[in-house]
Amino acid sequence: MRDGQPTVLPGFGLTLGFTTFFLSGVVLLPLAALVLRAASTPLHQLLDAVASPRALASYQLSFGGALIAACINLVFGFIIAWTLVRYDFPGRKIMDAVIDMPFALPTAVSGIALTAVFSIHGWLGRYLDLAGIHIAYTRLGVILAMVLIGMPFAVRTMQPALLEVQRDLEDAAETLGAGRWHVLRRVIVPSVLPALLTGFTLAFARALGEYGSVIFISGNLPMKTEITPLLIVIHLEEFDYQGAAALGFVMLAASFAVLLTINLLQAWGRGRMVRRER
Amino acid sequence: MAAGAAAGSLEELASRPGRDTLWSALARRCLIGLSLAFLTALLLAPLAVVFAAAFHDGLQKYLQSFADRDTQAAIRLTLATALVVVPVNTVFGLAAAWAIAKFEFRGKSLLITLIDLPIAVSPVISGMLFVLLFGMRGWFGAWLAANGISIIFAIPGIMIATLFVTFPYVARELIPLMQQLGNDEEEVAITLGAGAWMTFFRVTLPKIRWGLLYGVILCNARAMGEFGAVSVISGHIRGLTNTMPLAIEALYNDYDLTGAFAVASLLTLLAVATLVLKSLVEGAGYRRR
Repeated sequence: MRDGQPTVLPGFGLTLGFTTFFLSGVVLLPLAALVLRAASTPLHQLLDAVASPRALASYQLSFGGALIAACINLVFGFIIAWTLVRYDFPGRKIMDAVIDMPFALPTAVSGIALTAVFSIHGWLGRYLDLAGIHIAYTRLGVILAMVLIGMPFAVRTMQPALLEVQRDLEDAAETLGAGRWHVLRRVIVPSVLPALLTGFTLAFARALGEYGSVIFISGNLPMKTEITPLLIVIHLEEFDYQGAAALGFVMLAASFAVLLTINLLQAWGRGRMVRRER
Repeated sequence: MAAGAAAGSLEELASRPGRDTLWSALARRCLIGLSLAFLTALLLAPLAVVFAAAFHDGLQKYLQSFADRDTQAAIRLTLATALVVVPVNTVFGLAAAWAIAKFEFRGKSLLITLIDLPIAVSPVISGMLFVLLFGMRGWFGAWLAANGISIIFAIPGIMIATLFVTFPYVARELIPLMQQLGNDEEEVAITLGAGAWMTFFRVTLPKIRWGLLYGVILCNARAMGEFGAVSVISGHIRGLTNTMPLAIEALYNDYDLTGAFAVASLLTLLAVATLVLKSLVEGAGYRRR
């Protein structure tokens, strides 16, 4: 099993054995239960659960909302990462620390807090109401919660990449007469592209699976503001394990596709880095 | 995270001549303003509203909400869950990092992907996995019922689901750290006759202590705050299987806003403490990879 150069270090069998055993018990066995449950469901029943109108409406909101939220995070994540890396201003350190808040804050808390801020009597909701914009209990609210939850992933992926942009290239472009916008489009964005796309994908993945912060602000109307994870919970509460497993299988397949995309993007980014160093 | 390197680039920026045109000064102000506005609306306003709503009816009402028996039971359950889950996942993280960082073997990248998996899976699905395993109609459901063991809608289920979602946090912090630090010092210790445990406690542990602490802090925050996975498996029995996040939902749905936001304020303080500790660990020289 062990290959490569020999080492005097002890504990290989113990630690790898324990890791594999624990991983199998806590992660692999439960995953196998889900996949086999979905696979053992008769096909017509599986299709009924996966392709019911209510399920299709929930995919539209979950996938579409996560996509829009990831686009918003791509733009604002870039702006925030840029601001943190390139500018010095009072409160920059605090801003840098606060970015991680959605990591640390339990989703139930951000859910009720966002609802309180953006409901029609809330601090911001009342002004948006004057403009005719309603966020709480609409699809906009779902997207807002998804933006919040994905934001740190976008910023934290783009920040280190922006730090490594070669400033002499920017200077060279400007000396040669390129405007700032041109430099941004032709020098900066291409060199941080893998990080931009990784941040986008991570924010999308997190938004797609998010449950806690969304269900408080969404209002949970079937066909309208019901996300797929909530539909799974509803199936489970009705003891419809087959239906829940079928929908769970769809979500799990999406997660795997996203994981694969992220791995490919990171390999691409590393490959570019190696070429540049040569 | 990037503070040290950012400071370097700022000095560099300040020393660069000919940049401070009217146009770039304007762009700078706009971008800083936009970032601050975005973060204020999305992060700071919700944080402030938690405390504003918790104290809306006065300090006395706020304190009274903690006299509620169900709320106290929820706080106890959350603490107990973290006390069980965090040490288990710390031991796992150390073992996994040792195996992956110190040795070469086939299937290593697959193992790393599998360890990261719970982060990519929706919390609802994480909870559902265990319902499918241990629920009445699950794989082990009949056997568990026959032997009088309850996991679903009971405390063991809550702990197992929390174990699953917080599984990667310590390991994914330690693996890159230990890979970077290398094996040389451990090999010297072993060659000079130190035992395996002595090498671990006297050589490895001091080297990785900040990274370990960082992972434990993140693991604990997630363990205490997990909602989706626990919600699916707990059965929402008040005073018995409601953790703090679930108690918030129950109180909120009862329109007891003071109660809900009072519990939320405790979890918000936990989140703020987590961020402060995280910054301190980063200040102590630990940089994430």
